[in-house]
Amino acid sequence: MAGLTPENLARARETVALYPQPRSALIPLCHQAQAQEGWLTPDAISQIAELVGVSAAEVRGTASFYDMLHLEPVGKFLIGVCTNISCMLGGAYELLAHAEDRLGIRCGQTTADGTFTLEEMECLAGCDGPTCVAVNYRYFPNQDESTFDTLVDDLAAGRLDGDVPCHGTVSRVDRTVTLMAQRDEVLAERAASDRARSERQAAKEAKG
Amino acid sequence: MSGTPRTGAPFIVTSRTGDATRPPMEEGHTLNAYLASGGYQGLRKALTMNPEEVVAEVLASNLLGRGGAGFEAGRKWSMVRPNPVRYLVINGDESEPATFKDRMLMERDPHQLVEGTLIAAYAIGAAQAFIFIRGEFALGMERVIAAVNDAYRHGAIGANIFGSGFSVDLVVHPGAGAYICGEETALLESLEGKRGYPRIKPPFFPAAIGLYGEPTVVNNVETVSNLPWIVSNGGAAFAALGQGRSTGTRIFALSGHVVRPGNYEVEMSKLTFRDLIFDPELGGGVRGGKSVKAFIPGGASAPWFGPDQLDLPLDQDAVGKAGSMLGSGSVIVMDSDTCAVRAAWRIARFFHRESCGQCTPCREGSGWIDKVMRRIEDGQGREEDLDLLMDACDNIAPGVSWPPAQTTICVLGPSIPSSVAWSIRMFRDEYLLHIKEGACPCP
Ligand SMILES: Cc1cc2nc3c(=O)[nH]c(=O)nc-3n(C[C@H](O)[C@H](O)[C@H](O)COP(=O)(O)O)c2cc1C
Ligand code: SF4
Ligand code: FES
Repeated sequence: MAGLTPENLARARETVALYPQPRSALIPLCHQAQAQEGWLTPDAISQIAELVGVSAAEVRGTASFYDMLHLEPVGKFLIGVCTNISCMLGGAYELLAHAEDRLGIRCGQTTADGTFTLEEMECLAGCDGPTCVAVNYRYFPNQDESTFDTLVDDLAAGRLDGDVPCHGTVSRVDRTVTLMAQRDEVLAERAASDRARSERQAAKEAKG
Repeated sequence: MSGTPRTGAPFIVTSRTGDATRPPMEEGHTLNAYLASGGYQGLRKALTMNPEEVVAEVLASNLLGRGGAGFEAGRKWSMVRPNPVRYLVINGDESEPATFKDRMLMERDPHQLVEGTLIAAYAIGAAQAFIFIRGEFALGMERVIAAVNDAYRHGAIGANIFGSGFSVDLVVHPGAGAYICGEETALLESLEGKRGYPRIKPPFFPAAIGLYGEPTVVNNVETVSNLPWIVSNGGAAFAALGQGRSTGTRIFALSGHVVRPGNYEVEMSKLTFRDLIFDPELGGGVRGGKSVKAFIPGGASAPWFGPDQLDLPLDQDAVGKAGSMLGSGSVIVMDSDTCAVRAAWRIARFFHRESCGQCTPCREGSGWIDKVMRRIEDGQGREEDLDLLMDACDNIAPGVSWPPAQTTICVLGPSIPSSVAWSIRMFRDEYLLHIKEGACPCP
């Protein structure tokens, strides 16, 4: 199962083309693969490895460094509760305990039906709305126990499907343009500009 | 309120009430709204100047980097190694606890960021620019990618932009969840598709050996978001705001126990922390009418201040002289009921979780500190624990002073004592009470 679909493979090739070196596309491609499957399947890892020109072990090793890249399946909704300083001052740990009760799982676990994964998060940069909760990285600020329950109900009933895509989808907006500045032309342009600049500098020094 | 608004904008921007720099804010992120408020005029003007004239304006503005270290942007640009290939990388990784201004700038004003990035690219002659956006910022990513698509169509990016003979491409790059990737050399590693391990400086100063080994400028999102205004209005106009080296306006992210947490853009140096926290148009005071027990002036990496420092101005050098830093511009307020041990522990735990593990003092020290702090908070502490904690801090940053001595590859490690050691110094009795009573004594 679960290699990239032909459309996603084409999209991956376009992404690789955006970078001076293919390996730079490694993390963007991991996100794209997760958008399809919710996590990094072994097949996707092998495909990414081939696309960016490194070994599958290297892709896996790199991915394991990053909190957002998952080597195991994740629920449809990854609920992250920030407990860092500003949210903690606003009661985040109490909310996290409530979330565990409400979902019937501990932090880091996924519900048996595969709908929810709960995680404790570091500061999400939503500190003006403590406690900040993110569902698949869509933000729900100012959460308390009752709004959290409503949020979970809405998610379970599919009422937020338009706002919260399935796990792994970071951006629903795609780049629609290819690179336009041809590399050798740019380099020629820069060389000319640098020459002009030193001439201006020399003229200035000669004058003053 | 004292202070001067940026043109065409209420100078208080808060992510709470929906105000921000460029009305009407609901559509402020679109190209049309941006153009209607004078968008891309700064870039057009910059393209009529020589690159070195743009650098000169930015030098004259004395714009200080807004990412944490506060280095002069114009000087950083002047240090780039001459080389046909130069890169510009914008740091939008914003993960410093309690910092949330770059997220707002990307979500609300993505074209301002794109325009600023292009101005910087022109000034340093970058062959290609990248905007590195923290992976968790889904909305910010969507807004900036949409802005980049639109800016290409508008002729602002790509070959021969606005018919100027200057060509540059701009790629938006997602992070994947790692605080350390905000450190500029770790960010470059990540952008090269690797684990985010900081590089050792020297020799790996980005201006000399940066992305793919080529000279690279790394600038913060807020730093470059100031450039359209600076080029349009002149560096001198920016420098006329603020005082001394702290020029222009700056966005302060205020959070914790305040009535109105939010982002506030104010003129540098003119207001004090007390103004920021208590002014009814700004923080609105401490929640529940309580008093300030302590505050952190510049993000979780900064040493703590007590209420006796509330009258310090929001000024980079003044805060530095007083023994802390303005850092990322985020102010965290703790009221009189706050447990200092718990607050310091949570910050220490963050550093432990985010340490990349390359340096022993940082990796091991942060783990020890996390455990021992936790034990004190849980009422299992011993009196010797305070010495143990101070020793661990001393191992990470010998002398435990500010600015910290560095024995590690990057300054994540030396930031660990800022909450631990300073809270022990300020609230030793409270620590001892935890130990004596065998429980957290706080409400
Ligand atoms: C651990 C660590 C995390 C950092 N995180 C960020 C960040 O999230 N955003 C940022 O702009 N700078 C961050 N910095 C500072 C950058 O290394 C760099 O100084 C900054 O991006 C330069 O931009 P500026 O000169 O425009 O401020 C961090 C530094 C360290 C040591
Ligand atoms: S100080 Fe810490 S985070 Fe920085 S390089 Fe060393 S181990 Fe990594
Ligand atoms: S501390 Fe929770 S979002 Fe910043």
